[in-house]
Amino acid sequence: MNTHTEWAVEADGLVKTFGSNRAVDGVDLRVATGTVYGVLGPNGAGKTTTISMLATLLRPDAGSARIFGHDVQREAQVVRQLIGVTGQYASVDEGLSATENLVLFSRLLGLGRREAKIKANDLLEEFGLTEAASRPLKKFSGGMRRRLDLAASLISQPPLIFLDEPTTGLDPRTRAQMWETIRRLVAGGSTVLLTTQYLDEADQLADRIAVIDRGRVVAEGTGDELKAQVGSSSLELRLGEPQLAQRALGIAERVLGVAGTTSAEAARITVPLSDPERVTDLLIELRGEGIRLEEFSVHKPSLDDVFLSITGKPTEDAETPEGAHA
Amino acid sequence: MSTTTAPRSRTHNASGGTIVPAHERTLRNRVSLGESIRHSLTMAYRGLLKIRRTPEQLFDVTLQPIIFTVMFTYIFGGAISGDVASYLPVIIPGILVQTVITTSVVTGTQLREDMDQGVFDRFRSLPIARIAPLSGALLADTVRYAIATTLTFVMGFIMGYRPHGGIWSVIGAALLVIVCAWAISWIFAFFGVIARSASSVQGISMIILFPLTFLSNAFVPVDTMPTWLQWFVNINPVSHLVTSVRDVLNTGAFTSEAFLPLIGAAVIVAIFAPLTVRAYMRRA
Ligand SMILES: Nc1ncnc2c1ncn2[C@@H]1O[C@H](COP(=O)(O)OP(=O)(O)OP(=O)(O)O)[C@@H](O)[C@H]1O
Ligand SMILES: [Mg+2]
Repeated sequence: MNTHTEWAVEADGLVKTFGSNRAVDGVDLRVATGTVYGVLGPNGAGKTTTISMLATLLRPDAGSARIFGHDVQREAQVVRQLIGVTGQYASVDEGLSATENLVLFSRLLGLGRREAKIKANDLLEEFGLTEAASRPLKKFSGGMRRRLDLAASLISQPPLIFLDEPTTGLDPRTRAQMWETIRRLVAGGSTVLLTTQYLDEADQLADRIAVIDRGRVVAEGTGDELKAQVGSSSLELRLGEPQLAQRALGIAERVLGVAGTTSAEAARITVPLSDPERVTDLLIELRGEGIRLEEFSVHKPSLDDVFLSITGKPTEDAETPEGAHA
Repeated sequence: MSTTTAPRSRTHNASGGTIVPAHERTLRNRVSLGESIRHSLTMAYRGLLKIRRTPEQLFDVTLQPIIFTVMFTYIFGGAISGDVASYLPVIIPGILVQTVITTSVVTGTQLREDMDQGVFDRFRSLPIARIAPLSGALLADTVRYAIATTLTFVMGFIMGYRPHGGIWSVIGAALLVIVCAWAISWIFAFFGVIARSASSVQGISMIILFPLTFLSNAFVPVDTMPTWLQWFVNINPVSHLVTSVRDVLNTGAFTSEAFLPLIGAAVIVAIFAPLTVRAYMRRA
């Protein structure tokens, strides 16, 4: 068998059906070793199902996948030695303490009694859980649980780590910590495949992104490539005096060089923002004209915009059951 | 953003740092027998940790022998055997068998609960023997049986029960009951694997166990029952186990008759172990 491959993940035509629901409907993925790959999609798109198949937890109905060249079905046990999985829902033992969990998994991974203890303590310290180490998990916050879960996935220092929605439900501070941890893992040589519902997150972390919808990859590329498809950020201005809207819009179009729109109540104008440098000019110009601003914001493209532009329909559609529309 | 209050002094220690690339690792697609046993023992250790963490789950194991021994002995003792002291050799083996076998249901319910828990996904993603969570659970449960057995004997002793066969007969009877309960727990493990929820496992198991343990000679001599019931009681395997345990305790003789339940236990394991393992592996 070819043992040295630069692909950490190769998936070809993965399919998984639950009853009549094609949860994953022919997914192809290529994840290069040493990179972060983001799988972006709304609720029910098939992210978790895809990861489950790649992580040997679920048998594909069709298609094949290889992890570092090893087939996930025929060489499942080999694949399991190469991956760490942090599922969407914490997969730690609720009946045990944090330390007991990490020691248990370390022992199962072949560490001796003392090594396991040391490993557990190191990981707890690294993830800021030392104080809570012996507390029952039932008293853990969502963020602590998530960190413990990630720590448990890193015991064997696997070269490939699956993170299923690692930051969903985390507060901004904890989310930033999680991002930091992911960057650190990659700096250490790991490959990370993560799923997320936020374009911003995929954009920040991932080298490449696959957008999936209803079990299919509908777009793939770098963050910039995707955003180019969606269009750029836009600038939103709310005016002190609505009657000045047309004048303000005229100035904005002249300074930024693109066409904008005014909102229905005309107090708000929106202009695509391709060159942030020119915003300063615009603001100075507006003040010079005596147009007072109530509010000033930059609207970045969201997953919704990506969807709108790629599939031509908003994400909410993905949730409505088949047949309800048609 | 300066939000990094997470301790990062050990940046390249436990998780980051030098990851050995996939192609430089020695990888095997098989788990050896020795490893399988080690994984099972680790899973059994987990079971014991959980018992220690949540001692409430031992309530049935601890309270049943205590309450039943006291209750049955004082309620039925006089009526059945004339007095409490002469009822003890009848009732203690009966309660012992009933308690330990009832305890074996827990194997099934806990297995189901476990398989529904998130942690089971982690077990399935680790390079460990597939069978380890199952065999570990079965192993850890023998500790429950030992606790239930000990408590029943202690209760009996406090109430004045002195088995004729002495300490060796007590140990022998205890082992006999534990081995049989372990064998029976394979049946409940099977239910646990195939059932939808823990409460349905509990439900099915109790429907089967209740008649088996009460329609037996565990509490009342068979000849006081109507003939049609005697027929059932006499073919009931629980009756045979109770008789064997009584023989061992009260005569101290390990007759061939006393070992009959062991054959039954072997048959149960021979049938249900492969069934359970097959069903389990399909889901694990
Ligand atoms: N075990 C299962 N049995 C039946 N249907 C399932 C099962 N798992 C997932 N599905 C269905 O498959 C589809 C994809 O689910 P999946 O969990 O992969 O989505 P997801 O992208 O992870 O969504 P989310 O963002 O909500 O986690 C959904 O329609 C879901 O209802
Ligand atoms: Mg999911």
